[in-house]
Amino acid sequence: MKTPDDIAIHSSLADATFRAYREAVIRLPPDVLRVIQKAAAAETNPVARGEFANILKNVAEAERLGVPMCQDTGVPVVYLTIPPDVCVTRDLYDAVAEGIRRATREIPLRPNVVDPLTRHNTGDNTGAGMPAIHVKPGNTFTVTVLPKGAGAENSSRITMLLPTHQYGIEGFIVETMLHAGGKPCPPVILGIGIGGTFDGAAALAKEALLEPIDTMTSYEQKICTAVNRLGIGPMGQGGDTTVLAVKVKTAACHTASLPVAVNVQCWAHRHATVEVKR
Amino acid sequence: MTGKTVQLHTPLGDEVLKLHAGDHVELSGIVYTARDEAHLRMQKEGIPFDAQGAVIYHCGPVVQDKRIIAAGPTTSARMNELTGFLLDRGVRALVGKGGMGSLVREQLKNRGIYLAFTGGCAALASSHMTLKGVFFEDLGMAEAIWMIELDCLPLVVGIDAQGNDIFDRVMKHARQEYERYRKC
Repeated sequence: MKTPDDIAIHSSLADATFRAYREAVIRLPPDVLRVIQKAAAAETNPVARGEFANILKNVAEAERLGVPMCQDTGVPVVYLTIPPDVCVTRDLYDAVAEGIRRATREIPLRPNVVDPLTRHNTGDNTGAGMPAIHVKPGNTFTVTVLPKGAGAENSSRITMLLPTHQYGIEGFIVETMLHAGGKPCPPVILGIGIGGTFDGAAALAKEALLEPIDTMTSYEQKICTAVNRLGIGPMGQGGDTTVLAVKVKTAACHTASLPVAVNVQCWAHRHATVEVKR
Repeated sequence: MTGKTVQLHTPLGDEVLKLHAGDHVELSGIVYTARDEAHLRMQKEGIPFDAQGAVIYHCGPVVQDKRIIAAGPTTSARMNELTGFLLDRGVRALVGKGGMGSLVREQLKNRGIYLAFTGGCAALASSHMTLKGVFFEDLGMAEAIWMIELDCLPLVVGIDAQGNDIFDRVMKHARQEYERYRKC
């Protein structure tokens, strides 16, 4: 039986999910906007400068009108942190899905979620295994929404390198961007997962995208510089900026394995975190 | 690139043949959105609008209460194999993102152009748009053909009617850079 507390948590989590989605699709996080503005100011290619001008005008227009900055409002990827006194139950998953359905109706979002084989569209951005919900223990009760568009997600790749081929990591990332070209809406952010398991590396790569992108380690900066030498530029039309930032996350792995995953993220790097009121 | 912005109005004619890859243009007039499913339907059942001088926009917009809310471009390359019949019927320009393949580059020669709009710029696009009608609405919001009036949408000529293609040029350069990178 549901207690009044359960009902209250359900409704605040659904509401927080809705608010996080609305914030994410309308406004870019400050670090993302800063990085784009910096790259725009430094860009020397005239076509690329035009692309940056459109991107910055678009960001301002989305905020002014209160509408999604991109019509591909993605599939819902959701991260929950759960404090010690909240039980992880089926109901938490249902509450998130309820928030997604409300977001689809009210913001509105484009209904993107379909059955993988029949391609039947559910119409409300939920379905089997969707939203993709990742749960972690934490001190506060928060919901983070990362709407993931298809252009960039489709360019993402994973490989299992030989453990002695650490030098191949950067090459795999550069090659991934060469294959992607203009398709993922560059300038992109690259989330890199190194280690863990086959599936774990992919999950790490996506989580890496949630790290602040206005700072990079020297390793991340080195990869970023190597990819930018390709000169693919904004929208694949040439320019100095193909990648805005590279973010790496690692996990321990088998001594015989070296999984590497690259999750490609378009310039519209939309994500937002909202605390669930209790 | 000439540095000045060229104004284009639909229906388009031979004026598009003079444009060069890299030129900035502003497009006004009617465009028709079409993605994968709409292309397949038009191949089977015919084009539901006058194709002479028409412009196809690779886009699946967000529409609410008969208003375009967000309407940026989708990846044009998915329509590479589905575009020839439109150009044969008189379509003069394709608008989208990411460029198209060598097949379309050849099909556009002396006939039409590919115009690139900045991917993700859906709010900017919708502020230049008025919804005028819809065809094939049963295909769903993303895949239906929406008839939209544009007011000065800023675009770049990605592929011109002489076969110049900025996407192809950039990717050739990228492949050379990658080969150089692999050698060192």
